[in-house]
Amino acid sequence: MNKTEHITRSSENSSPLGKVDGALLSILEKVSDPEIPVLSIMDMGVVRSAVIENNIVKIEITPTYSGCPAMDVIGDDIKAALKIAGYDSEIELILAPAWTTDWITPRGRKALEDYGIAAPLNAEADKDVLLNGKRLVKCTNCGSKNTRLVSQFGSTACKAQFQCDDCQEPFDYFKCLK
Amino acid sequence: MNQNLYNYILGIADNSLILGQRLGELTGHGPSLETDIACTNISLDFFGQVRSYYQYAAKIAGDKRTEDNIAMLRKEREYVNVLLVEQPNTNFAYTIARQFLFDVYHFLFLTELEKSKDLTLSAIATKSLKEVSYHQRFSTDWLKRLGDGTAESKEKMQEAINDLWTYTDELFHQTEADKAMVKDGIGVDVTALKEVYYKKVNEILEEATLEIPESKWFQKGGKQGIHTEHLGYLLSDLQYMQRTYPNMEW
Repeated sequence: MNKTEHITRSSENSSPLGKVDGALLSILEKVSDPEIPVLSIMDMGVVRSAVIENNIVKIEITPTYSGCPAMDVIGDDIKAALKIAGYDSEIELILAPAWTTDWITPRGRKALEDYGIAAPLNAEADKDVLLNGKRLVKCTNCGSKNTRLVSQFGSTACKAQFQCDDCQEPFDYFKCLK
Repeated sequence: MNQNLYNYILGIADNSLILGQRLGELTGHGPSLETDIACTNISLDFFGQVRSYYQYAAKIAGDKRTEDNIAMLRKEREYVNVLLVEQPNTNFAYTIARQFLFDVYHFLFLTELEKSKDLTLSAIATKSLKEVSYHQRFSTDWLKRLGDGTAESKEKMQEAINDLWTYTDELFHQTEADKAMVKDGIGVDVTALKEVYYKKVNEILEEATLEIPESKWFQKGGKQGIHTEHLGYLLSDLQYMQRTYPNMEW
């Protein structure tokens, strides 16, 4: 993958999404996270910008977690999807501002819940759940908040393991990253 | 090429690489499914951070070096990680003690590195800090659970802390590259972190009902490439495939 790094200083107010050309949006919306196939990379907030310059699509993506192995696959999938649509592309991996779970769109959050992964709470509630054992995460199976943390680390870097004490369903919770 | 900056980046990155490799050894061997997954998740975070650092180092080197050969093909004496991170997974108490003693430092260090004039290092620090706050939670939680647990878990936890304590002082030693980078507003003055580090560590040890080791005799050498006997074995594991089948990919 032809990746170069582009760095800007982190800023609290920076908008997660830069310019995305209309023609590209429908293509990029069909590319999904390989580990969470219901979630498109647009709803995940990893695409920062996508513009066509001199017939080449220039795309900036940002990693969710540093070690997320999905990032390389996502880059390859974007290139392949654009190729089918007739575009050559260049992908840049940018580190700052760092990705946060706030960039997951409402549609993305719903897709996560439907798939059986509880969507991230806000930072304060997340801390209460992971540190103080509060029961705030909604079970993706029965909707009860009578759930407990089994492990802070789950099947992928971005998730924690939970269990519902009402219906007993074990499920993943997408950890808040801010 | 800015040799000081290159060396400085390796000084940060090698800690993450070697500790990541140690945690990776627990894949499928953790004491329980959850702790196994946690340790390997943390390992994955370290490897992700390491890639960003080595990619940057390779760019600064500007020659044939790549993130992969910097990681895989140096000799033992060329790794400049601290001795603490190469210590083995003797038992789970050692894994937790090593992690805890490093995490507290790592969090303080990255908080300062975020202010670096070097925008790449600052960006990597910001990104890593979010992950490291989870690591610190995990190791602190287990330290308390085992320290304030059964008589046996307490004894093992105390033994691990006592043994690894001797490697903590080295975290605050400055190398030549450190001094040059601090002067340029790029590096972190680690000597300034020492007091707050021990204050924090001691507080948590007390919460965990463990004793603060009294020993004032400390080991050093990792930052100069002089390692304990454990690193050679770790590197032979880490480097095996690249040494046996040079340039292999999968």
